[in-house]
Amino acid sequence: MAKTVIIDPVTRIEGHAKISIYLDDRGEVDDARFHVVEYRGFEKFCEGRPFTEMAGITARICGICPVSHLLASAKTGDKILAVKIPPAGEKLRRLMNLGQITQSHALSFFHLSSPDFLLGWDSDPAKRNVFGLIASDPELARAGIRLRQFGQTVIELLGARKIHAAWAVPGGVRTPLSEEGRTWIRDRLPESRQTLNLALNLFKDLLNRFQTEVEQFGQFRSLFMGLVGKNGEWEHYGGQIRFTDSDAKIVADSLNEDDYQDYLGEAVEPWSYLKFPYYKPLGYPDGIYRVGPLARVNICSHFGTPEADRELQEFRQRAGGVATSSFYYHYARLLEILAALERIEQLIDDPDLTSNRTRATGGINQLEGIGVSEAPRGTLFHHYQVDENGLIKKVNLIIATGQNNLAMNKTITQIAKHYIQGTEITEGMLNRVEAGIRAFDPCLSCSTHATGQMPLQVELIGADGKVLNQVWRN
Amino acid sequence: MSKIKFATVWLAGCSGCHMSFLDLDEWLIELAEYVEVVYSPVGSDLKEYPEGVDVCLVEGGVANEDNLELIHLIRKRTKTLVSFGDCAVTANVPAMRNMLGGSEPVLRRGYLELADETPQLPYAPGIVPELLDRVLPVHEVVPVDIYMPGCPPDAHRIKATIEPLLKGEKPKMEGRDMIKFG
Ligand code: SF4
Repeated sequence: MAKTVIIDPVTRIEGHAKISIYLDDRGEVDDARFHVVEYRGFEKFCEGRPFTEMAGITARICGICPVSHLLASAKTGDKILAVKIPPAGEKLRRLMNLGQITQSHALSFFHLSSPDFLLGWDSDPAKRNVFGLIASDPELARAGIRLRQFGQTVIELLGARKIHAAWAVPGGVRTPLSEEGRTWIRDRLPESRQTLNLALNLFKDLLNRFQTEVEQFGQFRSLFMGLVGKNGEWEHYGGQIRFTDSDAKIVADSLNEDDYQDYLGEAVEPWSYLKFPYYKPLGYPDGIYRVGPLARVNICSHFGTPEADRELQEFRQRAGGVATSSFYYHYARLLEILAALERIEQLIDDPDLTSNRTRATGGINQLEGIGVSEAPRGTLFHHYQVDENGLIKKVNLIIATGQNNLAMNKTITQIAKHYIQGTEITEGMLNRVEAGIRAFDPCLSCSTHATGQMPLQVELIGADGKVLNQVWRN
Repeated sequence: MSKIKFATVWLAGCSGCHMSFLDLDEWLIELAEYVEVVYSPVGSDLKEYPEGVDVCLVEGGVANEDNLELIHLIRKRTKTLVSFGDCAVTANVPAMRNMLGGSEPVLRRGYLELADETPQLPYAPGIVPELLDRVLPVHEVVPVDIYMPGCPPDAHRIKATIEPLLKGEKPKMEGRDMIKFG
């Protein structure tokens, strides 16, 4: 008899989600679906607000990567003012984004995912979390906590608070970095680099043991999308959009964010509040693409900093060229922290960071603007239309995580098919399915601009559509 | 000394309050000595909210059927319920949709007008929870014991609220440091 397993809630991800696993008559996995169960409706209720408020409001889409919304919103505002922001403004925005990449990736690796790697997929679910990590390896936990703290403090030193700093504005940023701030960051860099090396070595060791995970956690061909710099280098703030395929072939390059509607479409499925973006020229669902750390590492020609470039070579060797396994997201995330730390190092003595010319002013010169930035989880687009007074008439947001929706569904289906056999479904099997989602480090608050909760429930659904078994891991 | 059974949940919010909780940084290591985390989206894999919870921080407003069910369960099973952050205390940003009258306008915009392919409203009873017409602050649904405003409350405020609770005392929620919105 066919059945469905539901995982509810999915835990150690950011946001509310469930997973259904559909079994056929023989008890074999037929399909798996990732349901996002929250929605807040920012695109509608922002209407009528001044566009200058958008950074403050949209930051509240997500407490994990508020900086991404701040930056995308400010960049959209730059276009509405039609100004060129001062060099200091851009460098300061970049610095904050590097701080954010560091904190967000550290959170994903240490707090959320490492309990799976270090305590084990099948370990006691009551302890398989950051507190369990604290108990089993307090020094590693402390190092990870301090690495995240480093990123959060970079944000705070610039914007006066760690979460929802109202700092980036249309035209630039409000305040420069202080000299004390510069000193603090410079002094803490070596420790952060050390922690990152520790994590990287640890993960590479684990990779040697995790060959099955590499093969089964979402190993498939797809497109990859993200921003790259002028010379094809890794980019997180400016640059232009590139799509590559799983053979490293460039499918589209130098795309402008202003034309995003030409190459990105959004589909809806009734079983999730998370929409399904796709690459328009290939249609839905063939236009499946991945964004975020894995995509950025795959599409760039190089990082442009020495250590990260050395690691990139090794990464590509291990992956055999383009990394097509979603499990490599974890690895790519560590490379990006390294690149972020190196870039902070390069930037930190730049005199512009403490300059007072951080902001250009202007009136409403354009009635429409589209801004893009790389959030930790992938490319983020804000699109506003305003009236002559700068009041919002229409908003569209394309959020990083949503763009991985097709890929996340494909990943969990692959994992479920491999690990779930027969009717005896263990907690550890289900945890692996969830871990497939964790690899993407989805931010569901963001992706549905929704109401943040991220439990996961697994339901076992029979061929007749009857729920046979609900699995609540406790 | 037996450990305090500690939980955190998020309803309709942005997870920023939870991130601020994680901004307790190394104090989390100390906290782990006093509490057993029995339910938390960021700190536990347990799927069912257990009985006999001593302290629960609730982030977010009540926006959909799932939130509603969970908050009633939490109230039944929790001694001290803390309304954690502005979304829980006032419904804050998620409640901006209340002005539009019902959930339909936001759903229509998101899934019909801003969709290129297969536009439709998500509908999967039992899986995708229906939105409530209005997003409510937690205390409009169940009684709340402690209000900790802030968007998010910073880590100092969170620590100053939790620390007394660990000793079974009630925190003093007074003054700008403790009860400022935003
Ligand atoms: S109160 Fe602010 S930080 Fe907390 S969940 Fe709500 S929007 Fe996010």
